Amino acid sequence: MIAKLGFGVLMLKEGNFHILSKSHILVYGIKGTVAEFCKNIVLAGVGSLTLVDDRVVNEEALSANFLILPDDNLFQGKTLAEVCCDSLKEFNPMVRVSVEKGDISTFGVEFFEKFDVVVISCCSLAKKKLINQKCRKLSKRVAFYTVDCRGSCGEIFVDLQNYKYSKKKLEENIDCQLEYPSFEEAISVPWRALPRRVSKLYFAMRVIEGFEDVEGSNPGETLIADLPGVLKLRKELCETNSLNESQIPNALLERLLIGTREYPPVCAIIGGILGQEVIKAISGKGDPLKNFFFFDAMDGKGLIEDISE
Amino acid sequence: MASQEQLSAIKGAKVLMVGAGGIGCELLKTLALSGFQDIHIIDMDTIEVSNLNRQFLFRQSHVGQSKAKVARDAVLRVRPNISITPYHANVKESRFNVDFFKEFDVVLNGLDNLDARRHVNRLCLAADVPLVESGTTGFLGQVTVHLKGKTECYECQPKPAPKTYPVCTITSTPSKFVHCIVWAKDLLFAKLFGDKNLENDLNVHSNDAANSSEHSDVFEYRKDEDIEEYGRRIYDHVFGHNIEVALSNEETWKNRNKPRPIYSKDVLPEKLSEQNGNMEKGCVTDDVSAMASLGLKNPQDVWSLGENSRVFLEALRLFFLKREKEIGNLTFDKDDQLAVEFVTAAANIRASSFGIPLHSLFEAKGIAGNIVHAVATTNAIIAGLIVIEAIKVLIKDSNNYRMTYCLEHPSRKMLLMPVEPYEPNKSCYVCSETPLSLEVNTHRSKLRDFVEKIVKAKLGMNFPLIMQGASILYEVGEDLEEDMVAIYAANLEKALSELPSPVTSGTVLTVEDLQQEFSRNINIKHREEFDEEKEPDGMLLSGWVEPPVDKDKNKPIGNGESTSNALPAEESLEAKKDVTIQEISEVTEIATGTKRKLSEVSKGTTPDHSGLSDETRNHNQLEKLDVDDEDDELMISDDWESLTKKKRL
Repeated sequence: MIAKLGFGVLMLKEGNFHILSKSHILVYGIKGTVAEFCKNIVLAGVGSLTLVDDRVVNEEALSANFLILPDDNLFQGKTLAEVCCDSLKEFNPMVRVSVEKGDISTFGVEFFEKFDVVVISCCSLAKKKLINQKCRKLSKRVAFYTVDCRGSCGEIFVDLQNYKYSKKKLEENIDCQLEYPSFEEAISVPWRALPRRVSKLYFAMRVIEGFEDVEGSNPGETLIADLPGVLKLRKELCETNSLNESQIPNALLERLLIGTREYPPVCAIIGGILGQEVIKAISGKGDPLKNFFFFDAMDGKGLIEDISE
Repeated sequence: MASQEQLSAIKGAKVLMVGAGGIGCELLKTLALSGFQDIHIIDMDTIEVSNLNRQFLFRQSHVGQSKAKVARDAVLRVRPNISITPYHANVKESRFNVDFFKEFDVVLNGLDNLDARRHVNRLCLAADVPLVESGTTGFLGQVTVHLKGKTECYECQPKPAPKTYPVCTITSTPSKFVHCIVWAKDLLFAKLFGDKNLENDLNVHSNDAANSSEHSDVFEYRKDEDIEEYGRRIYDHVFGHNIEVALSNEETWKNRNKPRPIYSKDVLPEKLSEQNGNMEKGCVTDDVSAMASLGLKNPQDVWSLGENSRVFLEALRLFFLKREKEIGNLTFDKDDQLAVEFVTAAANIRASSFGIPLHSLFEAKGIAGNIVHAVATTNAIIAGLIVIEAIKVLIKDSNNYRMTYCLEHPSRKMLLMPVEPYEPNKSCYVCSETPLSLEVNTHRSKLRDFVEKIVKAKLGMNFPLIMQGASILYEVGEDLEEDMVAIYAANLEKALSELPSPVTSGTVLTVEDLQQEFSRNINIKHREEFDEEKEPDGMLLSGWVEPPVDKDKNKPIGNGESTSNALPAEESLEAKKDVTIQEISEVTEIATGTKRKLSEVSKGTTPDHSGLSDETRNHNQLEKLDVDDEDDELMISDDWESLTKKKRL
């Protein structure tokens, strides 16, 4: 059987190709963006991909997820992970794609040890912190990513802990090292300590994330009707952080409060950027993104923000 | 998020996609998910094995079938109720004329060659249909929007020569030296010295997926085999046997020059080990080099076929003799002298076989080091950006049209950088009305020179018609009468001043391509002398004013040293300049002097640039790009990146 290496071979000089093909990726929370990401890394030729998402497939899941075919017979009663698993296997027979069932917050530290990369989406603030911590507890470095799209905006967070890598500079290979904060550490950096021009999207996402945390609602389900509550939280957070409320415009928050509907072009873009980052991190070559990436289709900018001490 | 206005525009839109390859598959998927309901897609290619790892709509069972049709079927499974019309055809065909293009609300390109892009550009201008262009090179990519009269057309800025090579060009039908280099480096060198677990397509012809496993024995070095025997065996297999196999497929060579098989016994009849007493001396030095051992001193010399063959065999011998431990783990490194020698020799022998001019080691090294390969995720990102622009176009949100650049290294924190489009270049050959002039020696230059070098190469016309006043000097067409064809053929060989309707100083020639609905007048000015070096064509076309280019910003983004060594970007018919590879062809300088951004135009302001240097102008206009001085990663070329595949162990 012919295996397809594709992108994996691109990144790595042939002597290192096996790194990608031995890597194990865990993905939690599959919507459009994560479907795109999974497609990208399966095509590239990772060793294995484990999907966790026990939500049952419904009409809405179809909207931006091309891994789900709208054939009633095919998805009756199956979970998102199961349906996506079947589709993903077709892209590259050499990649082991499988499903893990259960509540990810209950999985122990030893579960995460099996993986080199963990990507989570559609996660509450509490869950993000929890899983991030479990990854950090391991002696083995497990790269941790969160990815979320709200409407026409997307956010990626990266935690590579203590990361050593190499890159080419003027004919030479130079060794580099970066220290990443955990998600919790990053978002704890006081807002007034951040550079002046930090993307407004960072703050907006934190406000809505905070709102969902307080309300105990499912991530990504906050709607425009909740705007008053969100604005109230914004006021509180801005006061605590000595930040002017105008830094988090109403118009921006409104655009993000569209519930769970997704915007396919943004899913493709964010899924692509995330795919590139994960592959770079596995191979240990090339500057990784540190530590947040934001995209807003309205202005078309894809920005990197370094939110750390 | 798509507003009501956007959703309704999307629903009612009729969209044309040109290209169903890397970008095309991603684009079709995203368009369908975004709610588009009437999509037409043109692509002339069939699916090849090497496409499968990136063009995700295709499966092994689809190999050999039309890309456009299979892509359509795959996406219909996800969105059964939309209409996707595939055309397995070349977009240059006459049925895709202006009337055809007029039917669409927007045209989206996902092409990989300059010719087709220029052609589509002209048709979109003639039909007055918005065009969203795109391109990717490695990690770089860009999406641009073109509206007639409002923004630059695709050809307003000069484009460097194209740099992506389809699979079959490398494996079967090379026509340029660079194709031979890619073959020698990424197929042959990789096969002989690289990781054995990477199965590669050295023996596979485009649709011949089944054969790949059969010939793996040929390249294996057999224990205790005489090295020279081994070398000759490889030589004969790739330059002799494989060529004979390729020749047996008549269809491939219908419109192409046939290659000739080359066998080592014909080029080097005597055993090298008996001939060359110097070989043992080569062992003394640290630098293992075939050139040194053969006494070839000058890397700028172009070796003969015989010399190349000697280098080929000697380099192979030295690898096995002196660097045996590395075999199986080697990757090509342009600073590895022996590797460069081997690749140069192999490329030259292949070039010789195909009638392509040979090159020196020096030149070959430059080319081998500059090749950039495509990256799958960039296509997905670009596809998303294309759809975003397409939607803006459909709702006529002209203030928000953007050219978006996808960068490999962030510039001012940005990986995705939007830039406002520029107004049309007033001197653009294609979309402006500026009269063109041609300086030429009308007694020396022939009509043929004019047609090849100016009309076809510079003006990009495929089926030109050349008139002086009412008389037709030359035309191409299917239904021409025989006597006219003869007259035109004769005209081609005449000097301009000797044509039936003489062309001299002051004459105005009209050149047209009816299919592209593209027509220009050219004023002829006679000039006696031309500088052989600077004006090798003996003709100078003007009226096209190049945008002033800041010298420091001449580097394409993300590409430092390697491009500063690159040959000039101008596409030229001369064989020497044919080897141009400017990797980041479409992602070039962004901010240049005198053009104004659209927003300035609409406000009626004209920034006064007269006193400013290029640098300052750039600052005023938009973010300056930081160019990292980083060497390219060695990667694989577009459309064939998985000619190397992993075999199950």
